[in-house]
Amino acid sequence: MSTRASDIRCEIAIVGGGIVGAACAAEFAAEGCRVVVLERGIAAGEATSAGMGHLVVLDDSPAQLALTVYARRLWHALLPQLPADAEVDVCGTLWVAESDEEMALVERKRDVLAGGGVAAEVLAVDELRRAEPQLRAGLAGGLRVPDDAVIYPPTVTRLLLARAADAGAQLRTRVAVRHVEGDGRVHLADGSRVQADLVLNAAGTGAPALSPAAPIRPRKGHLVITDRYPGWVHHQLIELGYLRSTQAAAGESVAFNIQPRRTGQLLIGSSRQFDAETSDVEMRVVAKMVQRAREYLPGVEALSALRIWTGFRAATPDKLPLIGPSPEQPRVWLAAGHEGLGITTCLATARLLRDRWRGHASEIDAAPYLPQRFTAAGGSLA
Amino acid sequence: MTDPCASERDGDLVVLGGGPAGLAAAATAAEDGLRVLLLDSTPWLGGPIWRPGPGATPPRVAQRWLARADSAGVTIWPQATAFAACPPDVLHVERGRDVCRVRWKQMILAVGAHELFLPFPGWTLPNVMGAGGLQLLVKSGWPVRGRRVVVAGTGPLLLAVAAYLVRQGAHVSDILEQASWSALAQFASRLAWLAPSKLWQAATLQTRLLRTRYRPGCWPVAAHGADRLDAVTFTDGTRRWTRDCDVLACAFGLVPQLRWPGLLHCRLTPRGVWVDDYQRTSCDRVWAAGEITGLGGVDLALVEGQIAGHAAAGNNLAAARWFARRARLQRFAAQLDRCFQLRTELRFLPTPETVVCRCEDVTWRAIEACSDVRAAKLYTRCGMGSCQGRICQTALQFLQNWSADHVRPPAAPVRVGSLAGADQEHADAERTELP
Repeated sequence: MSTRASDIRCEIAIVGGGIVGAACAAEFAAEGCRVVVLERGIAAGEATSAGMGHLVVLDDSPAQLALTVYARRLWHALLPQLPADAEVDVCGTLWVAESDEEMALVERKRDVLAGGGVAAEVLAVDELRRAEPQLRAGLAGGLRVPDDAVIYPPTVTRLLLARAADAGAQLRTRVAVRHVEGDGRVHLADGSRVQADLVLNAAGTGAPALSPAAPIRPRKGHLVITDRYPGWVHHQLIELGYLRSTQAAAGESVAFNIQPRRTGQLLIGSSRQFDAETSDVEMRVVAKMVQRAREYLPGVEALSALRIWTGFRAATPDKLPLIGPSPEQPRVWLAAGHEGLGITTCLATARLLRDRWRGHASEIDAAPYLPQRFTAAGGSLA
Repeated sequence: MTDPCASERDGDLVVLGGGPAGLAAAATAAEDGLRVLLLDSTPWLGGPIWRPGPGATPPRVAQRWLARADSAGVTIWPQATAFAACPPDVLHVERGRDVCRVRWKQMILAVGAHELFLPFPGWTLPNVMGAGGLQLLVKSGWPVRGRRVVVAGTGPLLLAVAAYLVRQGAHVSDILEQASWSALAQFASRLAWLAPSKLWQAATLQTRLLRTRYRPGCWPVAAHGADRLDAVTFTDGTRRWTRDCDVLACAFGLVPQLRWPGLLHCRLTPRGVWVDDYQRTSCDRVWAAGEITGLGGVDLALVEGQIAGHAAAGNNLAAARWFARRARLQRFAAQLDRCFQLRTELRFLPTPETVVCRCEDVTWRAIEACSDVRAAKLYTRCGMGSCQGRICQTALQFLQNWSADHVRPPAAPVRVGSLAGADQEHADAERTELP
């Protein structure tokens, strides 16, 4: 294959300028690699800006716990360096238990987190009320994870990309990638090509269009944002049953998940829907979501709602991201399928991929996130 | 039903907005036999233009239209905010602490316009305000007597506002009209055969009598003051003057309210919502009338409202009788547009430190670094605050030539509880018919 004058040669081509692509760009550029980032819209324009920006440890599986704990440690090294517009708030997460049965789960969750080296504190009923007076009476208690934090993902993404650029990376926005070949050739919609030693597919829900066997399905979510109510709640509040909602394999589910922003605004979530046809706001789903929030925070009713939007998470069948070589494309690695956790885990994803590229051992076992786990299990990826 | 709101309603025709266009549309359609529901988000009907002060009565033309709507059997909901259409034929409406759904067969959009604010150094100081907003404030009792006022902006509204403020006892020292003398002269020469009313003449007469300085070709460049306005500096492009004042009333024009047309995906033109001869929008069963189809004033709004009302009722013959009058009023509006077009210099008023988005404190420097409206929203939070871009996004359309971002519900801020009430299954059992 001949090369043309319009072609770009680089070491690492990253498809996708969301927070995962940006984290990878910063990591590889800092290593001295020649990096090109290709973004079809604007940086952080899709799932990255649609999500909440919660840096959270989750324990759905040991592999998820290991990845989120590692990622959160990397974040805590970065947070002090972030400027004001990153809206960093180490507000902690407060998992709320509705019933005595859920309180038993709280104890177990505390132990699991402790096993991962994560500090967490069980709150009895009265401690819960003191911590968050807006919560309704009659709840059973909660679990406080103090080191979880909140950021504003679009500005953090831009900052990561700026760091990559300072180290020589090139960012190209509004360039659609039409096709990626297994040998590292990237065909752009404008007819030009990028020849890379390695292509990182960090295209989120768009990843399967370039790596067809990647088992990623879009999972729609809604969020509501309110006017400013500083100090109304103090932690990111999530119902303990949240993981149940994320686990629901089909259909739609809602869970109570509310986040105080540095501005005093509140984000109210969350919903999960497979097979949604459009990105339109569905008032039926919003209603369910808000009703659920009202069950925990009755006063939320009186707040002023400014805006509602939707986004699509890149979901995999086992709730773990795809980090590593694409089984079908030798020079293409995946950095996708983070579902709702890409903000939290992007720094860990970038580090794992860098280690692999350099042939270094990683701090955590990378095997659970390798895309080949789906080929090994069933032969076919999808 | 004792509680009309915990329910779903059916209506032939729903009219959004109870200003002149909406009132005329609702009354006309009801007289033609439709069952009509008119929604307005304020406690008053008549829109800002016909809103009476406390204790005062609405103007006679307003009373006439209110009476017609009433006797034709229009159901009127004041303080009702329609905030979503989902599924598309179901309107979600907030009324105080209640929320209800209205299933509509036809809709007329008549949601009017809002003021265009242009950012310049000091424009966020207290007592720098929109002329329309100031007028409403004074109507609701804000004391302006004895205060020194400068009126700045463009168009006949400047004179009307100045005249009104003077009648309320304010000292209006200067009227800064950004249009040039020559543009005004051109306008005046055509006025003789185009003018639909004597507004212009009357206002000019009044202000001349009161010795207010009328200054064409001038515009404000900075407002001064520590915690509130003390003075304003203005220019004619070469010289500068600074005038002590207590209030600066700005009227740089009006902009169509495009949130509802955006939610319904109506096609737009540079002037507003696109409509055909019968005021039909590009959306099935949706008509539009008044300022949202292009600014034209109250006379044009009334005519468009009647055309839309007749057309929605299938009475095209009656609608067509108004075409000639509408054409005449539109020619006048186009003339106004041309004469009072905002000059390019106004795009360069903000300095890098000038706050453009007041809700989120975003400076001109931060916005200028962005490529488009979406980038500005994401990276600077411009337009993401409590006014949802009503002020800054509108200004940026003029300053940066940025097009508006796509619209999502709610069309206006509503109580979070009103979103919870929008659940389909919950309310289906309680369906009622319109009276």
